[in-house]
Amino acid sequence: MITLSVPARLPARRYLAGAIVAAWVLGHALLAGRDTLALGGAELTPLHEGVNEAWDTVDDNRNSNPFFLYFVNYIRLILDESVKFVQALISQPSFGRPVPVLGWLGVVALAAAVTYIFGNIRVALLTVAGFVSFGLLGLWAESMDTLALTLTAVAYSLAVGIPLGVWAGLSGRFNRFVTPVLDFMQTMPTFVYLAPLTLFFLIGPASATIATMIYAIPPAIRITAHAIREVSPVTLEASSSLGATSAQSLRHVRLPLARRTIVVGVNQTIMAALSMATIAALIDAPGLGKTVLKALQTLDIGAAFNAGLAIVIMAVVLDRATTAASHRVETQRRTGRLRSVFFRRVEVAVALGIAAVLGYLSYTYVWAAEFPAGANIGSYVRRAADAASVWVQDSLSGFTDALKNVITYGLLNPFESLLAGSPWWLVFAVGVGMAALVGGTRAAIIAAAGLAALIGLGLWQDSMVTLAATLVATILVMALGVATGVWIGRSDRADAVLRPVLDAGQTMPAFVYLVPILGLFGPTRFTAIIAAVVFAAPVAIKLVAEGIRGVPPATVEAARSAGSSSWQLITKVQLPMARGAVALAANQGLIYVLSMVVVGGLVGAGALGYDVVAGFSQHQLRGKGLAAGLAIVVLGIVLDRARVRPRPERTDSG
Amino acid sequence: MKDQPVLDVRGLWKVFGPKPERAVGSTLSRQELKERTGCVAAVRDVSFTVRPGEVFVVMGLSGSGKSTLVRCLTRLVEPTAGEILFDGADIRQADERRLRELRRHRLAMVFQHFGLLPHRCVLDNVAYGLEIRGSARPERYKRAREVLELVGLTGFENSYPDQLSGGMQQRVGLARALAVDPDLLLFDEPFSALDPLIRREMQNEIIRLHHEVGKTMVFITHDLSEALKLGDRILIMRDGALVQMGTPDEVVGAPADDYVRDFVSDVPRSHVLTLRWIMREALPDEPLDGPELAPDLVIREAVHTVLSADRPVRVVREGELLGVVTSAEILEMIAR
Repeated sequence: MITLSVPARLPARRYLAGAIVAAWVLGHALLAGRDTLALGGAELTPLHEGVNEAWDTVDDNRNSNPFFLYFVNYIRLILDESVKFVQALISQPSFGRPVPVLGWLGVVALAAAVTYIFGNIRVALLTVAGFVSFGLLGLWAESMDTLALTLTAVAYSLAVGIPLGVWAGLSGRFNRFVTPVLDFMQTMPTFVYLAPLTLFFLIGPASATIATMIYAIPPAIRITAHAIREVSPVTLEASSSLGATSAQSLRHVRLPLARRTIVVGVNQTIMAALSMATIAALIDAPGLGKTVLKALQTLDIGAAFNAGLAIVIMAVVLDRATTAASHRVETQRRTGRLRSVFFRRVEVAVALGIAAVLGYLSYTYVWAAEFPAGANIGSYVRRAADAASVWVQDSLSGFTDALKNVITYGLLNPFESLLAGSPWWLVFAVGVGMAALVGGTRAAIIAAAGLAALIGLGLWQDSMVTLAATLVATILVMALGVATGVWIGRSDRADAVLRPVLDAGQTMPAFVYLVPILGLFGPTRFTAIIAAVVFAAPVAIKLVAEGIRGVPPATVEAARSAGSSSWQLITKVQLPMARGAVALAANQGLIYVLSMVVVGGLVGAGALGYDVVAGFSQHQLRGKGLAAGLAIVVLGIVLDRARVRPRPERTDSG
Repeated sequence: MKDQPVLDVRGLWKVFGPKPERAVGSTLSRQELKERTGCVAAVRDVSFTVRPGEVFVVMGLSGSGKSTLVRCLTRLVEPTAGEILFDGADIRQADERRLRELRRHRLAMVFQHFGLLPHRCVLDNVAYGLEIRGSARPERYKRAREVLELVGLTGFENSYPDQLSGGMQQRVGLARALAVDPDLLLFDEPFSALDPLIRREMQNEIIRLHHEVGKTMVFITHDLSEALKLGDRILIMRDGALVQMGTPDEVVGAPADDYVRDFVSDVPRSHVLTLRWIMREALPDEPLDGPELAPDLVIREAVHTVLSADRPVRVVREGELLGVVTSAEILEMIAR
């Protein structure tokens, strides 16, 4: 008989990985608790103290150092004043008046007019309903603060993002330069740049605006660049064959053809900005986020739910309005002007006229300026949410406790003790070995550097605890993602039902998830994990579903005609062929989970998340908080880079 | 013959790849060149002239370099070597501004996939070339309306491109090119994306327009029957190089090599060749009082006369007897 020698690379790798894990478990059993580099909650390393001192130095010289005096402080001033100006218009008493310039009636009318002009009558009505509900929930001023911060950040983001996006769309070189920067901005967990920002711009609107911009600019640049680049080369060639300059081609061809996609970018930018504007409550940004944050810290479910509801409503209104605007652009493009120019002008004039009249009323009369206190149903909502939470916790406790215990004892505790309870050198060796197995030498180097950085930051054990929670959450995300993704990918009906839910889930600001989950499970690290899972699951599910749908129908048909059962079809054809998408889903899921670590710190998860949050509130812990933020970034980089990259290469033509 | 050529292309090369200059002048085959230098010569050493008022067709299969060639003419693709004399001045030497002026006033191009602006109505599409060269709105709309009438699109001024059929969209593309009143019209496979019936209709449209406005045209196609139908002269390209250049009957009657012969083998020769190609010397004893025909008459049109005559038909130009044709030659040609 002839024995063929099959290249045994894969199985060998698998055995090696198994051997490493076995050695790890054995080592843990023998050496648990030794060399774990634990650091107590209030303990500091010299590095943290050094950061504290440096920070104090910055504080002392804020108004004398020329870099601050002539650069940083000006930016701070401009941003602060911008936000304050919008606040003066719609949310805060201003210009010596006890009320803002535009009262509630004026704001509602203006918002309706704008959404009507750029969208349609349906979103205008939705906008009216949404804005009135802010008042009804008793959160008018807070909502307007959030809106002011969001709109200011969006205005600056678009002012920076669209021109840069156009540039990146036109210049391949600039695009190659900016893409990794945007990658970094987007993979960086959202909370970690809050602390360094406050170092430069203090807490308050300026830092909040910049944090929001960091989060909101990448989609603006990316989508604009994509839109500019995707403009049909045939049309461009025709234009230049007629002697158009590049400026003329940009103005007459590229920008008009890219407009619809750019509006989609505006939508993404607005949603990202709203999400971050609420999170920026951690650095004292005004608005609904602060209300939620306060409520979370005092475990006041009712108040948190009430404010969370307002955030959701604002997200829905902003999302629908900008989506309607992009549809309008599309229909205009398809069918020409819908009506005559004259009719359109009358329409716009009437809408703005009504808004102006109502705005004047709200400027002049108290009843139109302050939302009527009698119409406040916020207290009912709060009490109802409280009651519901209590009822759910009482009556579902059997179920929720079981779930909590299974995951805590079955997954979380073993992981945590293995990672955080083993000697650091053992975990270090395991991590580098695994990275080398999965991603080769480069991955191993990155892993070694990253893990060394964690030790250097003095937060080894906290990092390991966070890593354990992150891995557990990612496992849950992938279980959910693969199961649901396969279902959606195979069933049109499931797709029709679940996709809007997932879309909605993705547009919601991250904060909002915590509230109902906190209501269900109370403040524990388990709550943080579930919140992260809920936050990360939609993107993972969608990616897996895309992958399943991407399997060629001919292949599926062939497998079916060969007599595969559904299970065989899924496990032997569809999932293997969607491997790239599944790997990408795992990667994205991980990044999303990691970005919820800090939020988890608010509701009972300890470790790095708690360190960051504590750094915001306690003076002597801010150095440690900064280090913890860095540790999260390091974890993100190690997890993101130390693996095989499944992303398909983009072929760039032209 | 006629006066100075409109376009005089000399030794044109376009090489894609690293250090393209190295490949210029190479005689290696395309494959060898690719292996040796990593370069692809899309156009290699092509020379031709286009006379005023002529329809000059460049024909070749896909990948033969014909689309690259036409783009080199207006430098949408930058040539690697050679000269492109347009009214005596080398387009390759023109700076950016001068090139733009040429494109705005003297050359216009019609594209295979139309390249219309989807967000503009037909009128604004046609006026686009005038707009970017800075003519005022009433003026350019007036001109655009004239041209739309010329191509038979009156009444569609306010439609948008995606409301029109493919043939009508290409009429818009044609009108856009005509609107700037160019000296030379370039067509890059303008009808390849259209279905056969519309294609024939558009070809007739081109013939009609050529009669009416008398523009000089360079027409790219991969369709031999289109080339024969439209072309005063045809240039056949293969792998970037010129294979043969001549009038339709020269190409069909005297193919330069097996490649061209294979190409034209399906063409009904009697539709293309003229009496010149089949006439023979009169035999000494033949009667020379038969009907008279011109040597440029296409054979198909002479069939009836020749077959119904009871004696040889004389082929005469300006009173001079060039030869004779009898039913034997006609039948042999048709039977081939």
